[in-house]
Amino acid sequence: MPANPRAWLVSAGRFKAIDGLRRRARFDASLGRVAERLEAPVPDGDTGDDSVVEDDQLRLIFTCCHPALPPDAQIALTLREVCGLTTEEIAHAFLTSPPTIAQRIVRAKAKIRDARIPYQIPSPTDLTDRLHSVLHTMYLVFNEGYAASSGSSLTRADLSREAIRLGRLLVELLPDPESVGLLALMLLQDSRRRARASATGELVLLDEQDRALWNQEQIAEGRSLVERALRSRRVGPYTVQAAIAAVHAEAPNAADTDWPQIVGLYDVLMRMDPSPVVELNRAVAVAMRDGPEAGLALIDRIFERGELLDYGLAHAARADLCRRLGRTIDAQRSYARAFELTRQEPDRRFLERRLAELGR
Amino acid sequence: MRYLCLLYGDESRWEKVTKAEMDALYEEYVALTDDIKRSGHHLAGDPLYPTKSATTVRVRNGRVSATDGPFAETKEQLGGYFLIEARDLNEAIQIAARIPAARTGCVEVRPIWEMGERLTEDTFSAYRGHA
Repeated sequence: MPANPRAWLVSAGRFKAIDGLRRRARFDASLGRVAERLEAPVPDGDTGDDSVVEDDQLRLIFTCCHPALPPDAQIALTLREVCGLTTEEIAHAFLTSPPTIAQRIVRAKAKIRDARIPYQIPSPTDLTDRLHSVLHTMYLVFNEGYAASSGSSLTRADLSREAIRLGRLLVELLPDPESVGLLALMLLQDSRRRARASATGELVLLDEQDRALWNQEQIAEGRSLVERALRSRRVGPYTVQAAIAAVHAEAPNAADTDWPQIVGLYDVLMRMDPSPVVELNRAVAVAMRDGPEAGLALIDRIFERGELLDYGLAHAARADLCRRLGRTIDAQRSYARAFELTRQEPDRRFLERRLAELGR
Repeated sequence: MRYLCLLYGDESRWEKVTKAEMDALYEEYVALTDDIKRSGHHLAGDPLYPTKSATTVRVRNGRVSATDGPFAETKEQLGGYFLIEARDLNEAIQIAARIPAARTGCVEVRPIWEMGERLTEDTFSAYRGHA
């Protein structure tokens, strides 16, 4: 631990030009081996060796994403210290005020100092859990950029771009299969960015998107990363989600998508990381494979357990299946509930449009 | 740095515990204590009697009031503590994770504010920063 944490966090500014740094590629190094090498004590001063700079960057990432810090502080600290965004830029991206972000960062640094959160790469035994915390923070940043939690802009591309940049850095520094899987997932989701909103800023769902607008370069990179992560035989939830995104990316249109494959991947995901949201996504894929009735039964089963009742997307998915089955009143009721629960402007306009169509 | 590990759990589970289960758990705590004594992490540690035996003391306007029970009625109660010496928070978390209470309840890890003879400007600002 450096004597003065403030000083190292401030001096961390020298890492901000991460794109400009020359780094050795270590794509095939195994996680354990990398971890052992990084276990070495913090060297004094900058020796000018690339690997020292890399290790310092990893230490910085693991410290900023320490699970003892609140998630919003992890995000603010990472964006500022690792990505080099200004407090104003972070505040703008999260639709909050610069003093709020500044205070979050000050508190996080105080906790780093007072609880003595070390500036180090976690030990091999902790590495998997701690890496998960880093990946989670990164994905939160990406999603905040991709599906803004409130406000009128459908995507805030800058945040997603930062998350992808961070993802690339992490894959280079610590090529764990799940780091690779998350980078693939972000690239594949981001490849649809231009198709997700109409010229007037309306949300366009996957099955109605103009696939010619998808970014083929990102898709190609994402697919090769998924394959690389799958080859590792240590497949985690991000890799499975990336594989699902890759199946979508291969399909010429919604109807010709390999839905059995997607349902199968959701089955795998349910075993690895079960959650009602994964179950909902699986239900939608089952509806595409076996028809709306089958999917509807699965969604209603989730609701009957009392889960996802406050989740707008679940009601929107249910509404869509009812609409396809011609159950207009049921569909209207679910769209209305989804509308009540949704804060994002483009999503609200989309739901309003669907309600208006059913009203005719 | 010293850390206080506070062991929280739902103490109503003791109502159903068997003697054999209690013995096994006791042995586990003895083993852990021996272990972290040997590794130099252990400074102090004790189990506490259940909160039924607790008294909460407050002084308001110079008057002492003692009331029955813990300071807050919560689902999980403070059941014991370890005072440990650890290099940093990561090491403290590793030790806290070995405490059996972490499996059934939780362990709160609090850095100890090392009191000097007087309050330093740094400690004062640290407190203010967290408020």
